[in-house]
Amino acid sequence: MMTLSSRPLSPPAGFSADWSMGRRLVLTGGVAAFWGFSQKMAAAEIRIDITRGQPQPLPVAVSTFFGATPEEAQVGADMARVVTADLERSGLFRPLDPRAFIQTPAALKAAPPRFPDWRQINAQALVHGNGEGQRDGRVKVEFRLWDVFVDQQMAGSVFTTPASNWRRVAHVIADAIYKRVTGEDGYFDTRVVYVSERGPQQRRLKRLAIMDQDGANHKFLTTDERFLVLTPRFSPTSQEITYLSYVNNRPRVYVMDVDTARQEVVGDFPGITFAPRFSPDGNRVVLSLSEDGDTRIYVMDLRTKAFSRLTSSTAIDTSPCFAPDGRQIVFNSDRGGSQQLYVMEANGADVRRISFGAGKYATPVWSPRGDLIAFTKITEGKFYIGVMRPDGSGERLLTESFLVEGPTWAPNGRVIMYFRQERTNERGQGGRTRLYSIDLTGDNEREINTPEDASDPAWSPLIP
Amino acid sequence: MRSKVLSLIALGLLLAACQTAPQQGGAAGGAGAAVQPAAPPTSAAPATTLNAPAPGSRGDFELIGDRVLFDFDKSDLRPEYRARIERWADWLKRYPNVRLTIEGHCDERGTREYNIALGDRRANAAKRYLVSLGIDTNRVTTISYGKERPAVVGSNESAWQQNRRGQAVVN
Repeated sequence: MMTLSSRPLSPPAGFSADWSMGRRLVLTGGVAAFWGFSQKMAAAEIRIDITRGQPQPLPVAVSTFFGATPEEAQVGADMARVVTADLERSGLFRPLDPRAFIQTPAALKAAPPRFPDWRQINAQALVHGNGEGQRDGRVKVEFRLWDVFVDQQMAGSVFTTPASNWRRVAHVIADAIYKRVTGEDGYFDTRVVYVSERGPQQRRLKRLAIMDQDGANHKFLTTDERFLVLTPRFSPTSQEITYLSYVNNRPRVYVMDVDTARQEVVGDFPGITFAPRFSPDGNRVVLSLSEDGDTRIYVMDLRTKAFSRLTSSTAIDTSPCFAPDGRQIVFNSDRGGSQQLYVMEANGADVRRISFGAGKYATPVWSPRGDLIAFTKITEGKFYIGVMRPDGSGERLLTESFLVEGPTWAPNGRVIMYFRQERTNERGQGGRTRLYSIDLTGDNEREINTPEDASDPAWSPLIP
Repeated sequence: MRSKVLSLIALGLLLAACQTAPQQGGAAGGAGAAVQPAAPPTSAAPATTLNAPAPGSRGDFELIGDRVLFDFDKSDLRPEYRARIERWADWLKRYPNVRLTIEGHCDERGTREYNIALGDRRANAAKRYLVSLGIDTNRVTTISYGKERPAVVGSNESAWQQNRRGQAVVN
């Protein structure tokens, strides 16, 4: 990836900064509206608590970033749009209409914010910045986040980066704002790999594709549509994916570097290998191998090529996924008669069932935070995406449909992406298949724009 | 005589299906004349001469019924399909140089990865019975497509039943 250097930006003379992560930008509707109160009571802060139900979105003004030349001004406007869209999509912010803004980008560049101007339009937070070309061809981008009610800078940074990198900088800025306000890491500077689909259901054409989390920079990673590709998953440590490909009609697990598109088969076995996922250190892939009708879980060390079997039942053991600490693996198995979720130690020992609700459970995916497992549930003819704790308690269903499947976590463990497929009629119409995201709270469900139908999403870690 | 008539009908269907691109999966559960238009006979005579497929060819095999169907989330062979696999075995004994691939398929009502495993189980259930009837295990390979290659479109019970199948293809 392109280099991106940054350092904190001190507030202008005469203003205080609040860098401490313990303090959050105040403000939910009711309290902040109480005007004199918030002016001087900087200590009485209320954070956006994203672990609760849908919070009141924070009214934020994102001013166009100032640029002195027409080119710089254009990039500044584009960056503000990307930041605004990220914050809006999170469901936690309510960006205000820039047409209502009184203070101009140029005025914000020249002097500190005129806070009454921003309070007048009911902004509670203000984001502004500027970009400037450097002699070496790179650009310097500054941004600041202000709490409009206590006249205090809450965050600020300077980035120096190649000009072509402006979109990433905008996502990094949105992540900084998200983190400052919620106390949680953001997830905007990330990518999503998925399967792009088209054609009739009987002869569906599938390609791997990758895009930024907001749908920008879309590109196809595979072009040969003769062979199916399925279930891509990101490495937690590098820009690599592992997936299933039917190259030459031999279903095998592959690893690909998404920047170079170089791919490599992960071992070659007499049976079918599928359902791959990286270990948290990125050095191993856990997968299923089907032989003579039995499907067991194996782990392959990508460096030593050592291959070891973790389960030995004559059942279907599949969809394995490591815990983020690497010590346990969750998977689904029909060893008890129906598809349920099981957890075992990373060496295959101590298998115990964790799902006991009505219906079948599949595709368990451990949260990057370790606290929850997302899954697909099938019961009474419907599909659900849900979460439960690793001990099986606290099951919550987030969304339901004719067919939803394949949850993947944002790296901060607060948002889940999955795909939804609609019914097909007997003439082959319908079957629309699209990616969606939803907050862990079950709120803020959104369709992700893709050029074609889309399935099997996998969220990247934050880009290093 | 009857089989010849069936062959002609099947070939007619085959030609018709070739002209109209998206097709249904053929008479998978029915009279045994399963037609798979996507896979024409490997050594078929020119279409104008209405000859039956060459003996031992892919088209010839399809005439005896090229697929067996399964219950939802099951891989046990139903009794009525045991008879079909016995026909496969007889046919393979008649053409000892021919090899089969048995494809395991599922309906859309399961998750992708589980269905790949279930399809593998179905393909192997068919293969095991074929081998038990005296067919050399090396003549039969298996592959699973999970829910990726339905024979029939439609989100309804009838389509799902047609799609839960083990489908044998002459290599």
